[in-house]
Amino acid sequence: MIGSDVVIENVNKSFGDFKALDDVSIGIKKGEFFSLLGPSGCGKTTLLRIIAGFEEPQDGLVLLDGANVLALPPDGRKVNTVFQNYALFPHLSVFENVAFSLRLKKRPESEVRERVGEYLRLVELSSHAHKKPAQLSGGQKQRVAIARALINEPSVLLLDEPLSALDAKLRQHMLIELDAIHDKIGITFIYVTHDQQEALSVSDRIAVMNAGKVLQVGTPQEIYESPATDFVAKFIGETNLFEGVIRSVKGEMTEIESPEFGAVLVTDVDPPPAGTRVSWTVRPEKIRIGLDRPQRAKDGLNVFQGVVEEPIYSGFQTKFYVKTPKATLKAVKQHADWSDEGPEIAWKEEVWLSFSAEDAFLVEVKR
Amino acid sequence: MKRGPGGLYAAPSVVWLTVFFIAPLLIIVLYSFMTPGARGGVELKPTLDAYRAIANPVFARVTFNTILVALGSTMITLLIALPCGYYMARSSKQTLLLLLVIIPFWTNFLIRIYAWIAILGNEGFLNDLLRALGLAQDSVRFLYNRWAVMLVLVYTYLPYAILPLFSTIDKFDFSLLEAARDLGATKLGAIKKVLLPNVRGGILTAFLFTFIPIFGAYAVPLLVGGTESYMLGNLIADELTKSRNWPLASAISLVITVVTTIGVMLLLRANGTKVLGGGGAKEEPEARAALVGASLVGSAPAGGAR
Repeated sequence: MIGSDVVIENVNKSFGDFKALDDVSIGIKKGEFFSLLGPSGCGKTTLLRIIAGFEEPQDGLVLLDGANVLALPPDGRKVNTVFQNYALFPHLSVFENVAFSLRLKKRPESEVRERVGEYLRLVELSSHAHKKPAQLSGGQKQRVAIARALINEPSVLLLDEPLSALDAKLRQHMLIELDAIHDKIGITFIYVTHDQQEALSVSDRIAVMNAGKVLQVGTPQEIYESPATDFVAKFIGETNLFEGVIRSVKGEMTEIESPEFGAVLVTDVDPPPAGTRVSWTVRPEKIRIGLDRPQRAKDGLNVFQGVVEEPIYSGFQTKFYVKTPKATLKAVKQHADWSDEGPEIAWKEEVWLSFSAEDAFLVEVKR
Repeated sequence: MKRGPGGLYAAPSVVWLTVFFIAPLLIIVLYSFMTPGARGGVELKPTLDAYRAIANPVFARVTFNTILVALGSTMITLLIALPCGYYMARSSKQTLLLLLVIIPFWTNFLIRIYAWIAILGNEGFLNDLLRALGLAQDSVRFLYNRWAVMLVLVYTYLPYAILPLFSTIDKFDFSLLEAARDLGATKLGAIKKVLLPNVRGGILTAFLFTFIPIFGAYAVPLLVGGTESYMLGNLIADELTKSRNWPLASAISLVITVVTTIGVMLLLRANGTKVLGGGGAKEEPEARAALVGASLVGSAPAGGAR
């Protein structure tokens, strides 16, 4: 199978007064595992349904390998969908569900048997071929839905929140399987999810959407490490997000006057001039927490003092909510190995927080 | 196993069924083996005369005609009811549409038949319209033939077909149609291959709810039919009231009841429902409901009403 590149150009879609997609443009490369990530109602599913052919945009283009497919009905596109609730045909066995598209094409029985067998092996369901969907577990239904969509040899596979009905452990397992299937068959995957963890762990690239707009397109690292807007910063992972005004700029080193913390040093490749109002952020795991005041070993280290309000222990890490005079900061301490541990930090203890200017950055400039 | 109080709880329905269903049926069975009384009723002299009389070719001709009318109008009813039920299930105005389907029940059945006579009669609305438009000089005879009977039967039983179809289609997951389209089925193909097999129970229920009462129809062929549309219901009524041969009327009723019951069972069997197995119908609640419904309306031909 070969994947297609998918280009979305200036797509607009409204339902009555509600603008579901607002001038959306995205370029998806051949064979990419591409995620559309955003909260519910952000337009990601609408975009998927437009690519599949179930919705028509008011204007814009959807190009598959350079050809506009908007005029084609769903059955005329080399695109298949894995539906949110699987949409397996309850009156047909697993075998016949997977064979559905081959039967429509009136393929000979021998070919149907061979191909269905092949795809049931791919999703490890060969021994369940005779069962009805109602007899399967959630994860098994999911795999039938994937096999049924793939047997049609689409050049793009659309996945609409495929794991949302599964429990957390199974979700993790299916995610790894999905990734393995993607690596094996190499077609383009477009994956819709509201779960940032899912998107970060399997995607080649992610488009973060909110209120019908694409806010940022990038690799998981780019999205996490340098979110383009404060919405992206807050939606992806956990973060500390504050506002401030730029006081001075020296190269990339930018000093911000923050109402909560006073002077804060952050870095930015192209900082705006002094006097600009901005949002700045630092991820909790980038903040070091300790009982002793850190040495100002290098330039650009931000140091604050605070009191531990609440330590949340979760085995491999502890999250601390630390109250500084005017705000609460989240800091995470990883429990790597014993040599790293240091003294235990308890509730109500006075601690020192520090983070390097390189780990903090500007997310949005308010002009 | 210890016996629960279940038997006690079932008492009201046992009494109900005995008084209103089993007892009348037994009376009909007994009557069919008696000698007709001089002015109706029966004399307590056992005989098989009634069953010998059924061998009469008139009976076969009327039966054939009844099956023809019943099958034809049932099929037309289903063909209209399916798209109606589908549309209602997908509509956002379900309550209003349901109300519209139920409204005819607020008017007496006979009055609604007379309304059709007022529309289709020689001096009726339709003929007035045709004359006013200059499309006909003399009035056209719409009434008193098989077509008029079928038209009014379809009209009467359409709600009985729409309601079960609507409730089944309403439970249908429409994303399955999208899945079928996604996998390469055309619009019609998706409906044929995915919708219809999944609403089979509803179609079966609608079929039974229409076919069985139409099979025992009496008032409609009497009021808007002619000699060619004489049905079994009319035959029973005539034996009862005109010929005063109660045993023959009972025998015909019984034959119809037995034949319909066997037909229903075969139909349910073909649909994959265990009819007498008990508990076998787990996967097909609609079909089980249909069986109950069928046994209820099944008493219609026996009673010879409608």
